[in-house]
Amino acid sequence: MAELVVDIELSRGSDFQLAVSFVCPPGITCIMGPSGSGKSTILAVLAGLAMPDRGVVTLGGTTWLDRGKSINIPVHHRRLAYVFQGLALFPHMSALHNVTYGMHHIPRPDRAAKAQQLLDRVGVGHLAKRRPRTFSGGEAQRVALARALARSPQLVLLDEPFSALDRELRAQLTGLVRELVAELGVPMVHVTHSLAEARLLADQVVRLEKGKVVATGKPEDVLAKVESD
Amino acid sequence: MSWQPLLLSLQVATIAMLLAVVIGTGFAVLLAWKKLPLPDLFGAVISTPLVLPPTVLGYYLLVALGPDSFIGRGYHWVFGTDIVFTFTAAVIAATVGSIPLVVGAVRVGLDAVEPNLIAAARTLGASPVRVLATVTLPLAAPGMIAGAMLAFARALGDYGMTQMLASSRFNGLFGINNTSPASIFVYDQLATPNGETAARNMALATTVLGITMLFFANRLTRRLHRHG
Repeated sequence: MAELVVDIELSRGSDFQLAVSFVCPPGITCIMGPSGSGKSTILAVLAGLAMPDRGVVTLGGTTWLDRGKSINIPVHHRRLAYVFQGLALFPHMSALHNVTYGMHHIPRPDRAAKAQQLLDRVGVGHLAKRRPRTFSGGEAQRVALARALARSPQLVLLDEPFSALDRELRAQLTGLVRELVAELGVPMVHVTHSLAEARLLADQVVRLEKGKVVATGKPEDVLAKVESD
Repeated sequence: MSWQPLLLSLQVATIAMLLAVVIGTGFAVLLAWKKLPLPDLFGAVISTPLVLPPTVLGYYLLVALGPDSFIGRGYHWVFGTDIVFTFTAAVIAATVGSIPLVVGAVRVGLDAVEPNLIAAARTLGASPVRVLATVTLPLAAPGMIAGAMLAFARALGDYGMTQMLASSRFNGLFGINNTSPASIFVYDQLATPNGETAARNMALATTVLGITMLFFANRLTRRLHRHG
C-alpha cells in the first residue's frame, strides 16, 4: 500500500510558518483550514513546486524529498496529478492535446485514443477538438481532471478545484473523483474549504490552523468538532 | 526609378528581424531566469544599443568586425572575404540595433504567461526545455511578434550604423548588386543635383512598405491575443 508520509517545516518571514506532519493512506485525505493556514503550500511542496526549509516527503517507501540528505526528485519526475485551483488548462491547445500533454509514459501512437477515452469517461468527449476558452466551468473541471489522471499518477493533488461550481455540479464531480481515485488506488490530497465536500469525499480529514495540524482523523470525528466550534 | 534600394532594405530588415527575434528571445528567456547572476548588469548591457548614438555603436562594430580584428580575421580565413562594407555587415548593424527592442517586447510577453500554466506543465512531466518550447514561448508569441515588428521597423529605418559599417553601396541577395539601402539612397539622392524626385519616391515607398508590414503584424498580434 503506497502511503504518503509528510513531515515538513517552512517559514516565509515572521508572518507565515508551516510545520506539519501527517500520513495519507490510499484514498482521499481532505486538508481543511482557514485561508492562509498553509493548505496550498503543502500541495506545492508535495508537487516539488516549493521547497521546505526542513523535512521529508515519501511515497510508498520512495523518498521524493529529504532536505537532510539533499534528496529532491524534480517536479517533472514525480508521477503526480495536480488539479490547480484555476485549473491551468493550456489555452493554446485543444482539450485532447491538453490531456495527451502528460502521456509520455504511453507510446505516441496510442496517446490520442487513450486521451479520448479519458475525456469520454469524465463526460466531455465531445469537447476533444475545442480549446478551453469555449468551455463552461464544469466542462473545464472535467477536462482538467482527465488531464491530471492521464499520467497514471501515484499521487493526486486537488487544490479547491470545485470551489467555483454550483452545488449540483460539485456533487457530480466529487462522485466522479471518488470513483476515479478508488480505481487508481493511490493517495489523494484534496484541499477544500467546504465541509459538505469533505463529508462527501474524505476518508480522512487533516485540519490546519496557522500552519499547524490541529486534528487528524475520520471525517465524522474531525468535522463534528469543526461544526461544534 | 529603380526599386533595388528598397528591395535591398527589405532583405536586410527581414534577415535582421529574424536574427534579432531568435537572439533577443534567447536573451529575454535568460533575463527571466531567476538564477541569472547580475541580471541588472546583463540587462543594461543588452539595452546599450538603445542609448548609444548609432555612430558610436557603428564605431564599436567597425573595430570588433574590421579586417584587423579577431572576428574579422577569422571570418576572412573561413569565407575569404571581409565582413565590413558588405551585406553581412549591414545585417549585423541592423540586428544589433534591433535586439534590445525584441528583448523588451518578449519580456512583456513572458511576464504575461500565467505562472500556474508553467507549474501545470511541470507537474505533467515536462522538462524545463519542453515547458519553454510548448507552453512558455507559444503563449509569449504576441510579445515575440511585437518584438519582430519593432525589429523590422528599426532595421528598415537604420541609417547611422549601416553607414558606418556597410558604407553606401554593397551587394544584396538575388542579383542586387552595388546598391545602397533605401535610407542611404534617400540621403545620397538629396545630395545629388536633380535627385529630389527619386529621394521623395523612395521615401514614400519605404513609408508605405513600413506601414503595410506593421499593419499586418498588428492584425496578427491581435488575432493571437483573441485565440490565445
